[in-house]
Amino acid sequence: MHIIENGNVAAALGVLLCRVNVIAAYPITPQTPLTERLSEYVESGEMQAEYIPVESEHSALAVCIAASSAGARTFTATSANGLLYMHEQVQWAAGARLPIVMCVVNRAVGAPWNVWNDQQDSISQRDTGWIQMYCSDHQQIIDAVIKAYWLAEKVSIPIMVCYDGYILSHTYMPFDVPDQEKVDAFLSPFRPDYALNPDQPANLNTVTLPDVRMDVRGELAHGYMEIRYLLQEEMRTSLTVAAEAEKRFADIFGRGGDPYIEPYLCADAQYIAVGLGSLTYQLRVSVDVLRKEGIKVGVMGVRFYRPFPDEALAEALKGKKGVIVFEKALSYGYEGALVSDLKSALYDHLAGTGVMPMVQNIILGIGGRDIRTEDLTQALRAAAKSRVSRQPVWIGLKL
Amino acid sequence: MGTRNYRRKTSHSEHGPGDGGRTGSWRVERPVLNTSLCIPCKRNAEACFMCWLFCPEVVISRTIPPAIDLEYCKGCGICAEECPTKAITMVDEADFTDEDKDKE
Repeated sequence: MHIIENGNVAAALGVLLCRVNVIAAYPITPQTPLTERLSEYVESGEMQAEYIPVESEHSALAVCIAASSAGARTFTATSANGLLYMHEQVQWAAGARLPIVMCVVNRAVGAPWNVWNDQQDSISQRDTGWIQMYCSDHQQIIDAVIKAYWLAEKVSIPIMVCYDGYILSHTYMPFDVPDQEKVDAFLSPFRPDYALNPDQPANLNTVTLPDVRMDVRGELAHGYMEIRYLLQEEMRTSLTVAAEAEKRFADIFGRGGDPYIEPYLCADAQYIAVGLGSLTYQLRVSVDVLRKEGIKVGVMGVRFYRPFPDEALAEALKGKKGVIVFEKALSYGYEGALVSDLKSALYDHLAGTGVMPMVQNIILGIGGRDIRTEDLTQALRAAAKSRVSRQPVWIGLKL
Repeated sequence: MGTRNYRRKTSHSEHGPGDGGRTGSWRVERPVLNTSLCIPCKRNAEACFMCWLFCPEVVISRTIPPAIDLEYCKGCGICAEECPTKAITMVDEADFTDEDKDKE
């Protein structure tokens, strides 16, 4: 069924269709309307779930961790400082290998206080062991939530579904809401290997020694390092599982594409703009303008940020003259996190091959600074002429 | 030999003696049970068992009399603390001869 709704409702409908058992959340702009909508579904009986209001984001994720350990399919959502406040539990959920899905409605982090959009919040959680997916429109939001549950439960790794605050969360767009029967065909009920059970008591994630140990049955059990290695190994494997998720989804719902990247006019392009989220759709307008001027540019959205699709990106960017990475976040003291990761991937896969593109970084839209399409066009035009700077270039800055 | 084929990928420990490993020789004090004060022993009935309930190493049995597995007992003293009739006392390991220890 096609409807016109905002991005937060798209996410809420995805959660409803996935038959989530436990929702725990604390309100924070611009995420609040998403969990408000979920509380309405639960209150009206439309959704058979426990909605647990809590006093903080730290508790919200703690509730999801406990419920997920007991075998429930769980959901939470947050933004900005709320995400930072749950940071300890974010790491915990990954180490405990719980398939929690959380929407991160991207917003700038304080100080100074700011409620508008950038992506510093989720980017700052890059190294926590969560899978991160980025959405560019409402259809991708609802679809990503559904895919995320399948993937998270398959690989036992939690997933952040990230989408831009206001730009997607509060704007209205038409999108297709899949039929419940199709979602049920795609996503079976959650059946974990172990769920907390009074008849089979266990201590989960208690002090785990540096070295391996004999467990109570006399089997050699992992030390801390083995458990962490397995998280890394299965994060990498989940790239392949994500491709399987995308294919299964396309078979059932009739839409989808490349699981890792979303290219637009990239095949014959000499210069490619790369970014995360809704910005890449805005960049398409600039690409169209520049194509009319005869400049061969394209744009590529990165849909998966962790695990990083290094091979797919290197393959797609091989032989291009230039890659311009647009970011609404940065690793202070160096450059954008995405551009660093991308350069690392290009070095690993293309060093010495003679097909290594030049790479530059543009920082923009920090704290909701208006991103004018004209400025994007100009930045791309300039980058296509010559490499602008080794340092990240800030556009829209009025200093 | 590594843990590649271990059946879990997380830290997961189960109820039973020794999940924290054998104690070895470092225990400072050991619990000693006086059956003339122990409730289940006196009544010859299933009762109390606070020591069994509280032992974090699960080394005390729910039997009459309760048996303490010193192979795994860490000597924490929680059983002695919880015992309502003070039937368990913590005794310095130095008070036991090597012969006593061999009998364990």
